[in-house]
Order: sequence, then C-alpha cells, then structure tokens
Amino acid sequence: MSETEIVKGIRDEYAYGFANPDEAENYFFKSGRGLSHEVVEAIAEHKQEPEWMRTFRHRSLDYFLARPLPEWGGNVAEIDFENIYYYIKPTEKQAQSWEDLPADILDTWDKLGIPEAEKKYLAGVGAQYESEVVYHKLQADLEAKGVLFLDMDSALREHEDIVKQYIGTIIPQNDNKFAALNSAVWSGGSFIYVPPGVRIELPLQAYFRINAENMGQFERTLIIVDEDAYVHYVEGCTAPIYSSDSLHSAVVEIVVKPRGRCRYTTIQNWSNNVFNLVTKRAVAYEDATMEWVDGNLGSKLTMKYPAIWLMGDRAHGEVLSIAFAGSGQHQDAGGKVVHAAPNTTSVITSKSISKNGGRAGYRGLLEVAKGAHGAKSKVVCDALILDDESRSDTYPYIRVDENDVDLGHEATVSKIGEEQLFYLMSRGLSEAEASAMIVSGFVEPITKELPLEYAVEMNRLIQLQMEGSVG
Amino acid sequence: MAYLELKNLHVALEDGTPIVKGVDLSVGLNEKHAIMGPNGSGKSTLAYALMGHPAYVVTEGEILLDGEDLVEAGADERAQKGLFLAFQYPHAIPGVTVTSFLRSAINAIRKAKAGGTDDPIPVKEFRTEILAAMDRLKVPRELASRYLNDGFSGGEKKRVEILQMALLRPKIAILDETDSGLDIDALRIVAGGVNELVGPEMGALVITHYQRILNYVSPDHVHVFVGGRIVESGGPELAHRLEAEGYDAFIPKEEVAA
Repeated sequence: MSETEIVKGIRDEYAYGFANPDEAENYFFKSGRGLSHEVVEAIAEHKQEPEWMRTFRHRSLDYFLARPLPEWGGNVAEIDFENIYYYIKPTEKQAQSWEDLPADILDTWDKLGIPEAEKKYLAGVGAQYESEVVYHKLQADLEAKGVLFLDMDSALREHEDIVKQYIGTIIPQNDNKFAALNSAVWSGGSFIYVPPGVRIELPLQAYFRINAENMGQFERTLIIVDEDAYVHYVEGCTAPIYSSDSLHSAVVEIVVKPRGRCRYTTIQNWSNNVFNLVTKRAVAYEDATMEWVDGNLGSKLTMKYPAIWLMGDRAHGEVLSIAFAGSGQHQDAGGKVVHAAPNTTSVITSKSISKNGGRAGYRGLLEVAKGAHGAKSKVVCDALILDDESRSDTYPYIRVDENDVDLGHEATVSKIGEEQLFYLMSRGLSEAEASAMIVSGFVEPITKELPLEYAVEMNRLIQLQMEGSVG
Repeated sequence: MAYLELKNLHVALEDGTPIVKGVDLSVGLNEKHAIMGPNGSGKSTLAYALMGHPAYVVTEGEILLDGEDLVEAGADERAQKGLFLAFQYPHAIPGVTVTSFLRSAINAIRKAKAGGTDDPIPVKEFRTEILAAMDRLKVPRELASRYLNDGFSGGEKKRVEILQMALLRPKIAILDETDSGLDIDALRIVAGGVNELVGPEMGALVITHYQRILNYVSPDHVHVFVGGRIVESGGPELAHRLEAEGYDAFIPKEEVAA
C-alpha cells in the first residue's frame, strides 16, 4: 500500500456534521436571503440598536459593496452572497441555564460536550447558535471582581459607552471587504472586559455553531484586558455538512493594556462547506503580551491571519498557527506582527499539513516601523505534505524600516518518510496510527501550548482524520 | 519446530536484484543466535525483510513464526505476532515523547492480542512497568519525557531500543548491529539487554559484522553469512575461528574467482 492510500481522506470522519432539521423551522426570527440596506435595517431594528450603530452598519455595507473581492488567497468568487441568510435568531431570549434552552438546541450542545466542559474546566461559557448567543454564563466570583463577559449585543445595550469607544478602532469597518461585511450585519460574539490586576485562571470559552443551510454567521468579538490583567479565551466552531455553502466571517478586536496578557485560542473545525473569512487583530501596549493560538482543521476555505500591533515598549506578541487541509480544503492561514515601538519582541510559529489534495499555507507579514529599535522577531514555518497531490505554500512578507533589529526566519517542507513509518510500524502501530503519531508530533510545539483538554481534543481530531482511511 | 523458521528464503530489492539467496534458519525461544558476515553480504537486508520493510520483496520461501507464514504480513502485524527488530540507527520522531510512543505501541499490541478490541494498559500499571524496566536496563528516567530518538546520542538510542524490546515482550528479537562504528558502551547496552531478556519467553538473533559484540553476548549458535546465504553454522567456537581466520576462508571458491 502506498503512503497516499494510507493517509487519504482527512476529514472523511467529520464527527460534527449532524444537522438539527426540526429546529430550523422553529426560529424566532429569520431574515430573507440576500444582502441589502433593508436587511441591515431589519437587523438593527430587530435589535433596537442606537442610531450610531445603525449608521455604522449602513456605512459598512456601502464599503462592502464598493470594495472588490480580494484576488489573492483563496477562491472567494464562489461565494453566492445573494443565497446567504444574514440573520437568524433561533430563540427569543438568552438562557442562563442550559435547561432553559429548547430541547433540540440543548441536544446539539450536549452532543458537542459544552455543558460538560463548563462544569469541568471553564470559568465562563458563551454559546452562539446561528446569529445569536443563546446561552451565557460567567462564574459568580469573577462577576464580583468586575469581569464582564457577555454577548456583544447585550454589551451594546448594557455597556454602550465602552463598545462605542472601541468598536471598529482596532479593525476599521473598511479594513477589508469581509470586515466591512461583518460590520454591516454583525450579530453575537463575545464582549470581555477584565479589570486592572484581575487574572482569570480558567479559560473563558465561546462556542460557535452554524445549524442552518446557507447560513451566514458574523459574530463580533471585543476583548479589553486592562493593566496587569490576564485572560485566556477559547473559541470552538462546528457546522453540519450541507451540499451548499455557508459563510462565517467574524471580526475580533483586542486591546491589551500595559502589563496585561491575553491569550486567544481557536480550534476551528467547521464542516467542509463553510467559507471561513475572519479578521483578527490585537494591539498590545507597554510590557503587554498578546498570544494567538490558532488551530484550523475545518472549512472549505479559511483566510485568517491573526495580527498583533506592538504599540508600547517591550510589548510581546506570539502567533502559533496550525493549518490542516484535506481533500477539497484550502487553509490560507498565518499571522501578522507589526513592531511599532522599541524593544518589542515577537514569535510566529506556523505548522501546516496537507493531505489528499488539500492545500495549506502560511501567509505572514512582519513589519518593523522606523523607531522600533531593538525589535526582535522569529518566524518559523514548517510544512508537512502527506502525498503528491497536496500542496503547501509559504508567503512570508517582511518590511523593515529600522536598522537596529534582530530578525530570524526559518522554513522547512517535509514529507512523512517511509523509514519513519516502518520504524513505528515495526512496533505494532498500523500505518494510519503511525502517520497520526508523526503528524501529532509535528504539531506538538503548538498543542503543548493548549490547556490539556484542548490538546487531547486536538490530538483526537488529528487521529480521526487519519483513521477511516485505511483499506 | 522452532519458534522462528526461515525456509529457503529469497529476498530481492524492488528492482528485482536478488540479495538473500535461500536461507534456512531456526531460532527457538531461550536461544541466542548470531549471524556474522562481511559488509555487503545481505545481513541487514535479511533483518529488514524479516520485519517486513516494503523496500524488500520476498521472492521465494517462508518466514514462519510459531508456524504461521508472515511473508504477506505488514510490519505492524509481524510486531503484533511477536517479532521485534532493534534498529541500528533508529529514526527520530520529533514531538512524540518516549513515554507516549511506548504507551501507543504497547496498546497496539494489546489490541491485536485482544482480537482487535481496544484493551489499553491501565495508567498505573504502565507507569510501574516502564519505571521498573528503565531501572533494570539502566535507562536514565529523563529519557522518558524526551522526544523519541530526537537528538539522542548513539548510546541513548540503543538504550531506548532495548527498553522497547523489554516492554513489548517479543517472542523473537532481531538485533541489527552490523556497523563497526558502535562504541563499546553501546555494544554493552545491547548485549546486556539480550542477556537480560533471552529466556523461556524470548529468543534472539544478533546480526553483526564484528565478533566484538559476541564477547558480551555468548551465542548458542553462530551462522556465517556470505553472498546472501548461510555458508556455515556452528557453536560459539565458530565466532572465534572467524575472528582468527577472517571471512575469506568461508567465501566459496567460485565467488572469489568472480
């Protein structure tokens, strides 16, 4: 048996592809298909938003309509914007307890293991189903310390001043076509504020689930970590397998104030019919640390390059990115770091795996502005290609306007060697198990950064994707 | 019948070049065999072919393990049925710790023994076993949490090969020690492992070029391997004769002429 046969069929075993057909008929509110100022107005009206937000949405739609589709990255021309549902509200009210959710929706969350995870190792959970966050809960002691963790729509109602102060300042509404789209039709997402000196030891998690066919999910997340504070935010995403495409286009804005630290972990496991076009950007001030841990296993096309602007002296940024592309998948992932202050440091580590005709790549930008002397950065991108049909690309853009810098860049491309496989098999492991072990080892520098539960999940997903492919 | 029986075994490269040209050999449990031969005689090919390396094709003959022919079986199946090959140069698997690799390998073999249903070794039992084996074989404990063979010294790699042999409990272990480059320390490790583990539950076949390792492992049977064949078999005295006379005395006349 050849290597190609052995490890074929990444994602043949997508475990979260179940749909919930009954629920789709019971939605509380559903916009029609297609995008227009009327749809935008209907969303704003339904949410009873303040005038400034309506204006923000309408202007964003104008930007979206005016901008051409990007011609780089992946093939976004396939997206049929007129066939998408831009807003679906599944329930009338948000639940504070899982039992208050309609049985069908609760069943979905149970299958995904979210209520169980909340009990075991999370400090707070947000669960978004289609356009709205249907469940939200934060541990009482954190609430008492002044931590805010709520969905973005509630935040706009209850903390309008903070939202107004920050929204669209890290990622301007006209930053790119998909950020403009999100700004026009956003709904849901998380709002987090961590007060000075508060360190949240357990992760806060948000889970995003698309259930309806041709759904567009446009959550908007804003995280503000105040001075000396710390938060680890984790998001997971899945969707059913449908024959026609869905669209997920999120915007995530993060501010990390002096000496604060924010870690943002994503395990993206969308089904293979989801376009995943996400803009994520953080600013880090003096001595602050921002870390993006970005695992991309699912979707049809992902274009996502979590960015960090190092704005204050000695700020530190890290991007750890995994892209895993199987048949019919294109993962255009990576990271961007802009050194805009002296003595700032950054590390970008990217691991991509492509298999069975999949295409995975690294696209990165490293920029050092004039005056950011003493900046240090290291970029490492490694690609593992599992067969001859698959492809890996590396686009490392570097722009440096300062002489006193220390930059390193390493890139490797490798294949699973027959000798490595034979060695493991001679110890009793099947070819699939041996391949999975080599792949798990390859991504280990990133999985070891995950909390144990997520590392286990990540390895399990890799295993699943390598199994079911033999014989 | 001995536990491992090779009958008229012929092995060729994928392009058809014959390397092993008719080997008959019986290795029983509780037996130590040595195959000695000059460079290029096909000893390593024999070792890899026995373990099922895809680059070597058995063109004729049988490999019987406990009476079952393994010629068609993959390397994983051979391992599950009780064959083990200690590599001369084991491969590095970056990112996979020795512990996690050992657990997976033990569980793969347990699963096969349980007829294909998962039967993972209990965590506590695994921990006890691995620590006991490491101490017995003098494997430094810090190796357990390092990535398998990644950046290991020659001696560390050998220690971990022998540790695997101890924990996977094969019936027949083949040790490929053809290279002369091994230091005495590494030889002692391998020999110590063989002496420790050969017994009523395991037999061993040590493949080597030099007599040196046999100063530490006393083989019950020695086979001289030249031109893809066993040309002479005997007891331990054969190894000493080889050391004194060299391989030339064993090379058939027509091959010298050629």
